[in-house]
Amino acid sequence: MKIAIASGKGGTGKTTLATNLAAYLSEGRNIILADLDVEEPNSGLFIRAEKIFQETRYKMIPTWVENNCTFCGICQDVCNFNAVLNLGSQILIYPELCHSCYACSELCPTEALPMHKQRMGVLTHYKNGNIDFVESLLDIGQEQAVPLIDQTLKYIDKLEGDDNLVIIDSPPGTSCPVIEATKDADKVILITEPTPFGLHDLKLAVETMKKLNKDFVVVINRFGVGNAAVEGYCDKNDIRIITSISDSRQVAELYSKGELVYDKVAGFRKSLDSIREYILEN
Amino acid sequence: MKEIVVISGKGGTGKTSLAASLAFLLGEEAVIADCDVDAADMHLLLSPDFGYSEDFYSGQMAIIDNEACTSCGLCIEKCRFDAIENEGSRYFIEPIDCEGCGYCARICPVDAISMKDQYAGQFFISDTRINNILVHAKLAAGAENSGKLVAKVKNEARNIAEQKNKKYIIADGSPGIGCPVISSLSGADFVIIVTEPSVSGIHDMKRVYELVRKFDIKASCIINKHDLNPEITARIMDFLESESIVHLCNIPYDDAFTDAIIRGQTIMENGHTVLVKMIEKAWNIVSTNIND
Repeated sequence: MKIAIASGKGGTGKTTLATNLAAYLSEGRNIILADLDVEEPNSGLFIRAEKIFQETRYKMIPTWVENNCTFCGICQDVCNFNAVLNLGSQILIYPELCHSCYACSELCPTEALPMHKQRMGVLTHYKNGNIDFVESLLDIGQEQAVPLIDQTLKYIDKLEGDDNLVIIDSPPGTSCPVIEATKDADKVILITEPTPFGLHDLKLAVETMKKLNKDFVVVINRFGVGNAAVEGYCDKNDIRIITSISDSRQVAELYSKGELVYDKVAGFRKSLDSIREYILEN
Repeated sequence: MKEIVVISGKGGTGKTSLAASLAFLLGEEAVIADCDVDAADMHLLLSPDFGYSEDFYSGQMAIIDNEACTSCGLCIEKCRFDAIENEGSRYFIEPIDCEGCGYCARICPVDAISMKDQYAGQFFISDTRINNILVHAKLAAGAENSGKLVAKVKNEARNIAEQKNKKYIIADGSPGIGCPVISSLSGADFVIIVTEPSVSGIHDMKRVYELVRKFDIKASCIINKHDLNPEITARIMDFLESESIVHLCNIPYDDAFTDAIIRGQTIMENGHTVLVKMIEKAWNIVSTNIND
């Protein structure tokens, strides 16, 4: 079973929740924690574990073989992403725009655009006790997070046993990286804060989860600051709030140091219990 | 005209609150560009009038006409995104998985597949209550954020700034280091990185700074909530010095940020004098640097 922790707004507590939940639940069972925020993965700053596997990850892009090329221009015609340009005397390829669909390569009549690997990041698998922690790190300057997220999910699928629980730390936002990170999740926990920014971005996240047909609930973090508008919105729209985590400078300070909080802050642990119940219910 | 982009790497460090404060400070001298089209929040502080709006289309999705389809299966074979499925002779596209590459439509032997333009959101130009022009957008739920909408927001902000002789563009970026951030950095004159002293804050700011360096844009930094962890604040300060990043200010952990958001105001209107002075001073450093 896959549980994704997501939010529209950044900085609402995705990583705090994902890492603490994984560590807490791992006291009684095997857990796979996956950091799919490949642009800025942070879970690894909180989970101390031993590296057991590391692999460079690639995406496939076309490369031009000048001697085979007749400059017929089919490659440029078939590319929907403007990643291939036929200059008549040269074919230019823009790897950052390429989606690796293979159309130019396979439809080229003279095999002048074979596909080659291009590095996009690194996947690392760590292990500590009952936790398998997998994170991927996108290379700086790479534009597309989605292919790396996709490959990381495929790696996790190979690890996942029948009764394994996978906790996914998702990227912020509501667009393609979030969709990719949550699309296979059985349940999604949207974590927000009780402010107008939190509410506004929660609404966007809810819209996205509804579009994906997800079973989702809300967790309010930093409860006590701000106002009651998030509760009002959830109430009106029949969205379950499974727990609220009190605003606490202690939690913020522990987080800043890279420490887990569930074993030090009783209120936090209670919230994790409510989340566990939600995960276990059918 | 100078273009200043506010980014952070990590989300929730205070980008929008600080960018909105600069918007207040600069008033009619600035065009504001909310480049965080994924989760745009600037409008919650600046009360824009949404004076101009247009629909934005980007990317495509395949559609299969089952009447014409002969169930040959070539599309499934060629699709690299596992976006085509079949139940017996009925073939269909899984919208979430379709990348819009159009390969299937091109090779279908009976032309049963067509490509449809995708609605990707809305684009706005507004006047704000504090006399700026705000260029902003709302990405449709689940739409692809290829950076195209960000580019449109930025280009429109530039056009307006040039036409109306504005001195500054303040662009509020998104978290991360991928397409939307790259798109908001392109063509900028100066970057303000807003970070916080946490293990994540420093980790993410170093990564986003590495990206900024690739663009060869002068960078500066605001450390927000500096008193949360003095030790990491000191480490960030060392990093700024070693990389010659302009240090703008250290802002304390302060409820005034949340209070201002609740009231739909900027820190400049709703903060106390110390914060206001601090942000004014930070802007003076920015303005000295960009006008050099």
